[in-house]
Amino acid sequence: MRKPIFSRRDVLKASTALAVGAVFAEPVRAAPPPAEAVTPALIDAAKKEAKVVFYTAMDLAFAERLGRSFEAKYPGIAARVERSGAERVFQRLGQEYNSNIHAVDVVNTADQAHVILWKRSGWLAQYLPEEVVKYYDKKYYDPEGFELVTRVLVSPFGINTNMVKMEEAPKSFADLLDPKWSGKMVKAHPAYSGTIMNSTFQVARDLGWGYFEKLAKQKLMQVQSATDTPKKIALGERAIMIDGAGYLVIRLKEEGQPVDVIYPAEGTPVATSPSVVMKAAPNPNAARLFQSWMHSREGQQILIDYARQYSPHAQAVEKPGVRKLSDIKLMKEDPEGVENAAADVKRRYTEIFKV
Amino acid sequence: MTIALPARAERRGFGIDLSKPVLYLFAAILLVLIILPLSWLLIYSFSDAKGAFTLLNFYRLFSESSFFDPLVTTFIIATTSAAICCAVAAPMGWLVARTDLPFGGIVRALVTASFVTPPFLGAIAWELLAAPNSGLLNQIFRTVTGAEQDVHLFNIYSLTGIIFVISCYTFPYVFVLVANSLDRTPGELEDASSILGGGRWYTARRVTIPLVLPALLAGALVAFLQAMTLFGSPAILALPAGFHTMTTKIWSLFQFPPKPELAAAAALPLLILTVILLRAEHMILGRRGYSVVGGKYGAPRLIPLHRWRWPALGLCLMVLTLPVFLPYAALFNAAFSPVATTFLTLHNATLHNVNFVLFELSAASLALKNTVILGTATATIGTIIAVIIAYITARQAVTGWRALGFLATAPIAIPGIVLGVGLFLSYTRPPFVLYGTLWILLIAFVTIALPSAYQQLQAAFRTIHPELEDASRILGATRLRSLWQITAPLLRTGVIATWCFIFVGVMRELSAAIILFTSETKVISVLIYDLNESGDLGAISVIGIGMLFITFAVVIAVNRIPGFGTVRFRT
Repeated sequence: MRKPIFSRRDVLKASTALAVGAVFAEPVRAAPPPAEAVTPALIDAAKKEAKVVFYTAMDLAFAERLGRSFEAKYPGIAARVERSGAERVFQRLGQEYNSNIHAVDVVNTADQAHVILWKRSGWLAQYLPEEVVKYYDKKYYDPEGFELVTRVLVSPFGINTNMVKMEEAPKSFADLLDPKWSGKMVKAHPAYSGTIMNSTFQVARDLGWGYFEKLAKQKLMQVQSATDTPKKIALGERAIMIDGAGYLVIRLKEEGQPVDVIYPAEGTPVATSPSVVMKAAPNPNAARLFQSWMHSREGQQILIDYARQYSPHAQAVEKPGVRKLSDIKLMKEDPEGVENAAADVKRRYTEIFKV
Repeated sequence: MTIALPARAERRGFGIDLSKPVLYLFAAILLVLIILPLSWLLIYSFSDAKGAFTLLNFYRLFSESSFFDPLVTTFIIATTSAAICCAVAAPMGWLVARTDLPFGGIVRALVTASFVTPPFLGAIAWELLAAPNSGLLNQIFRTVTGAEQDVHLFNIYSLTGIIFVISCYTFPYVFVLVANSLDRTPGELEDASSILGGGRWYTARRVTIPLVLPALLAGALVAFLQAMTLFGSPAILALPAGFHTMTTKIWSLFQFPPKPELAAAAALPLLILTVILLRAEHMILGRRGYSVVGGKYGAPRLIPLHRWRWPALGLCLMVLTLPVFLPYAALFNAAFSPVATTFLTLHNATLHNVNFVLFELSAASLALKNTVILGTATATIGTIIAVIIAYITARQAVTGWRALGFLATAPIAIPGIVLGVGLFLSYTRPPFVLYGTLWILLIAFVTIALPSAYQQLQAAFRTIHPELEDASRILGATRLRSLWQITAPLLRTGVIATWCFIFVGVMRELSAAIILFTSETKVISVLIYDLNESGDLGAISVIGIGMLFITFAVVIAVNRIPGFGTVRFRT
C-alpha cells in the first residue's frame, strides 16, 4: 500500500505475479499473432472510436505532422499527441498505469529498455501489421508482435558552422576534451531523454566513466531533451552539440540554418525507437489503425522525407542528404544492458555533472 | 480624528448551535486539504524504500553534496531575492501611494502585469534576451561594441541570472503590500505629528514607517518564501546553469527511479524554515496591527515631489522595463520571427509558429480548456473558503479560531511541488482516488491559493473596525444583515482582488501541476514546460502571449462587472 509511485522493483514483482498466474491461464510464451491487414471493418471500428492518443518522444513538429497526416488519411479520427522525453514518457506511463489510468493507445519511446519492462508487466497488446511482416527486417520487429521499431536514431555531434568551421571542428569524443571547446558545448540529459540514456550508456561502456569526468570540466550547457540540443546550436547559443537528435540537425540544415553533423571517430551512439499498442488502450481499433499506418510505407515516407530519420521499412525510398546507416560507424546498442544499468547511469551522471 | 489602536479582541455573542458546525466543517475541510498530504510526506521522510522507519534520508540530505548544495543555493537565492525585492518595491510603493507621482495608475497597472506574468514564462523570455550567445541583448551589445563571438554582457544561465529573474516576478508581492498599507494609512496621523511640531523626516520615521513596517516585513517574508519555493524559473534556468535548487532537486527525485522518501525529507527543511520565519515575524511585530478604516476616514496626504516628479516616474518605468517591456518584446519577437532569437523584420516575419499552435499542436485546446475551468473553479471556491475563515478569525467569532487561522496559513510553508507529491500520495489510494481527474488539481490549486487569499481577506477584515458593524447592530440589524449591508460592500474590492489573484495564480501554477497532471488533465503551464524541454521557443511564445491576453482579459472584465463599480485591481 505504501508505494503508489511506479518503481522498477514494483514492476518486477507485478510481472512475477503475472507470470505465476499465467501458468494456469495460458502458455507463458505467447504464440506469434497472425499478421493483420487493414480491413474496412478495422477502419469503421476506429472511426466509431473517433480518437487516438499517442505518447511519444519524437520531435514535436514531426509527431504533430504524423498526427495531422493520419487525420487527413482517416477523416473523423482525431490524433492527440503528447510529447516529452522518453524517460519522462516512461515515468508518466508508469505513474498513470499504477493509478489505473489507461489514457494512452500507442506509445513511442526512444529507449528499447522500456519495452522490456512493459512487456514483462503485461501492459502491451500483440499486434503485427501485414506490411511490417512483409517488408521489415526481422531485427526490427518482435515476432510476438509486442513492439515494432518505428525509426532508428543516431546521436552524432552537431556544430554551428558560423561559430566553428568544419575543418576545425572536433571529430572524435577525445577532441571534445580540448580546452578550446570549454564553455562552447551543449549536452542533453539521460534522465529525460531515451536517446541520451542509450548514448550515455554506450559511451560510458566504450570510453569509460572517466571520459565523462573529464568532459564535465568543460563547462557544458546542460539541457533536457535530445531534440533541444540541435535547436540550441541553430540559435547560436553554443557552437557544438555533444549529443542529440542527428535527424533534427539535418532537417535544420536543409531549412537553411547554419548547422551540420559530425559522426565521431570512436563510433556514433545509436538507439532504435520502438512503438507499442497498449493492451488497455481506450481506443483499441484506432490504436491498431494508427500503429499500422505509422509503420506503413506512407507513414515511414513522412519519417524519411519530413523528419529525415532512418526507416526500417524496406520499400521506403531514401532521400539524399543523409548518410546511410550502413556507412556510419555505430556503437553497439544493448537494451538489456540499459535496462539493468538505467538507475546507475542516472546516479553517476548526476554525480559527475552535478545536475 | 481616528486614533489607531491595536485591534481589540472582542468576544461576540454568537449562537452556539450555528458557530460550532461552521467551525467543525471548515476545520474538517482544512484538515483534509492540508494534514492528509503533510502526514504522508512526514511518514515518507522517515521511511526507507520498503516502508520501515529510518533516519537515513536526513543523514543523506545533510551529508551528500548533491543534496546539501541545492539547499545552500536555495537559501542564497531566497535571501538575495527578498532583499532586492524590498529595496526596489518599497520606494516604488511609497512613490505611488504617497507622492504626487504622475501616471501612478499606469505604474500600478505595470506592476500588475509583472505579477500576472508566469515566472516560467518570464524565465523563458529572459533566456531569449540574455542567453550568453544567442540572447538579443548580448547580440545588440556585440553589434554596438564590435566584441568577439563569445563575449557577453549578460549570462542568464547563472546564479545571478536566476536571482534576477526571480526578483523580477516576486517584487510585486512586496510592492502591493507596501502600497496598499500606505494607501490605507490616513493622513490624520501624519497631520497630528506635524501639528505637534514633528518635521517631515521625524514624521516619516516615527509615524509613517512604523505604520508600514508590518507590511514591509510581511512583504520581505512573502518574497523570501516565494523565491524559496518557486519551481518555474529554476526549472527553466538552473539545469543549463549547471546546478539544482531544492525544488528542481525534488522534481528530479520524482523522475525514474522515483525516490519519494528522499524528496519528502528534502522538503522538510523548507517547511521548518518557513515555520520559524513566520514565528519570527510574529514576534517582531507583536500585536502591532492597526485598524485604520474606522468610522471617520481621512484621505492620505500626498507629498509633492516638485522637480523630482518626472525623474521618479522615469525610474519606476525603467525598473518595470525588466519584468514587462523587455520580456514581452522578446516573446513577440520569438513568436513571429523564423528563429526565436533572430531580430524580427518586415521581410522575415512569419506566421509559422501561430499556425503550428492553432492548427497542429493537438494538446493546446485541451490544455486551454482545463486551465480556464480550473482557474474559474479554484478562484470561486478558494475565495468563498477564504472569506469565511477570514471572517471567523478576524472577528474571533468562534472558539478555536486560532487553529483555523493557522491551518489556512499552513500551506504557505509547503512548496507547491512538495504539496503536489503529498497530494499524489494521498489521492491515488482509496478512499479518494482522484488522480487523473481535474479534482486533484482543483484541490492542489485551492490549497496553494488559500494562504495568500486568506491573508489578504483577513487584512481587509482587520482594517474594517468592528465599530462599523457594532453601529449597525446597535441600530437593530441582525448579524447577517450588518454583514451584508456594512461589511460586504467594504470588502468588495478585497474579494474581487482575491478572486483575480487566485485565477491568475492558477494560470501561473506549474510546480504542483507538473506532478499531478495526466495527458487528459494537462494545463497550459505544463504544456509550456514540455515545449521548453524540446526547445520549441516559438510555440511557447505564441502560447505565452495568448496566456497573457486571457489573464489581462479576466482582470479587466472582473473590474468592469456592473454593480461592482470601478475597482482598482491591486494584486
